[in-house]
Amino acid sequence: MTRRVVCYINQFFAGMGGEEQAHVPPSARPEAVGPAMQIQSLLGEEAVVVGTVICGDSYYGEHLEEARAECVRLIGEFKPDLLVAGPAFNAGRYGVACGDICSAVTGTLRIPSITGMYKENPGVELYSPKTFIVKTSDSARGMKDALGAISALAVKILKGTPLGAAEDEGYFPRGIRKNFFHETNGAKRAVDMLLRKLAGEPFSTEYEMPVFRRIPPAEPVKDLKNATIALVSSGGIVPRGNPDHIRVSSAESYGVYDISRLDDLTPENFESIHGGYDRVWANEDPDRVLPLDIMREMEREGVFGKLYDHVFTTTGTGTAVAHAERFGQEIGERLKKDGVDAVILTST
Amino acid sequence: MAREIENTAGIPVVQIATIVPIMLTVGANRIVPGVAIPHPVGDPSRDAEGDRAVRRELLERALRAIQTPVEEQTIFTS
Repeated sequence: MTRRVVCYINQFFAGMGGEEQAHVPPSARPEAVGPAMQIQSLLGEEAVVVGTVICGDSYYGEHLEEARAECVRLIGEFKPDLLVAGPAFNAGRYGVACGDICSAVTGTLRIPSITGMYKENPGVELYSPKTFIVKTSDSARGMKDALGAISALAVKILKGTPLGAAEDEGYFPRGIRKNFFHETNGAKRAVDMLLRKLAGEPFSTEYEMPVFRRIPPAEPVKDLKNATIALVSSGGIVPRGNPDHIRVSSAESYGVYDISRLDDLTPENFESIHGGYDRVWANEDPDRVLPLDIMREMEREGVFGKLYDHVFTTTGTGTAVAHAERFGQEIGERLKKDGVDAVILTST
Repeated sequence: MAREIENTAGIPVVQIATIVPIMLTVGANRIVPGVAIPHPVGDPSRDAEGDRAVRRELLERALRAIQTPVEEQTIFTS
């Protein structure tokens, strides 16, 4: 069965014009246009390019919601099995448009999508987890290689051929890990990697560590006597029975608990559900992890103004960085709205 | 989590935990080293009063940390 492919390109590659035509809204043509013609010839018998959707780069960037909706509609009308966008090389607006339409089409029409970009295109970081972005050179001088790589990947995907690692297939990693049996065991591979490192030879890790951001420190609290302070913890201290079913490890949620009527955490009212440390001491007295008792004491003494009336807790063990960052952003929004002045965050 | 709360709310966050290198890695700006992993703000080897005294000292240090101007990640050891 011949599979149906739709291509997405910008006004420039459609031959409509350069910057002066970048404002054109989405349109569709029932044929292969521009680079799509070359894709058609590379796909050969495997698939037919049934249409090309075109949109000006500025239009897409400035009318993101409308452009996305209209392009998804136009693409959907061709009833495609696959979308190919670009390639965008190092063109920023075009890269974002290609990445955005690919992730939208894959998300809504449930078909695979492929685009191509240079590694520094901002679209790579934004969209590489959501679509296949083939690595290309930084300009259209690399068009031939880019289209060859995109078409080869397209054929594999359309045929349902199992894909190898992103590195081998030539696209940017999507953050997906697949389990498989390696011919040599982990100990040998680790030692081999170490020897290559010591010899100054290239090696690649099997487990990329996340890169953490840094932020400039916030201004200090000026007037502690009138400051509201919130308690936050990743130490897994929750009301007895864990009412929100926060996971004991690899948490994907956090709890928000009213402590306005509590002066002390005790084994009767709170417990630790953290799966990453011995909970004996925390369960004897949860204040050893989430120090409500002393915070109340200092609040009564007037050391600081007020303890915020809720605590935020989760379990910080095996927790994905993306989840932890989201918890922080959501908690931060709430504390900002409620005029909290500072946070004491305890971790185990 | 510490970093994103600070970044989003624009208020100082002091993190109390035991493994200082992890706090440095994840980007906490104000750091107070805790007692031990399973009880960062308490010391069960001491009597109830001593346990509370340790907690009080660490929290007072945390309050000093949020009142202290810092230019970079700073560990408050006393």
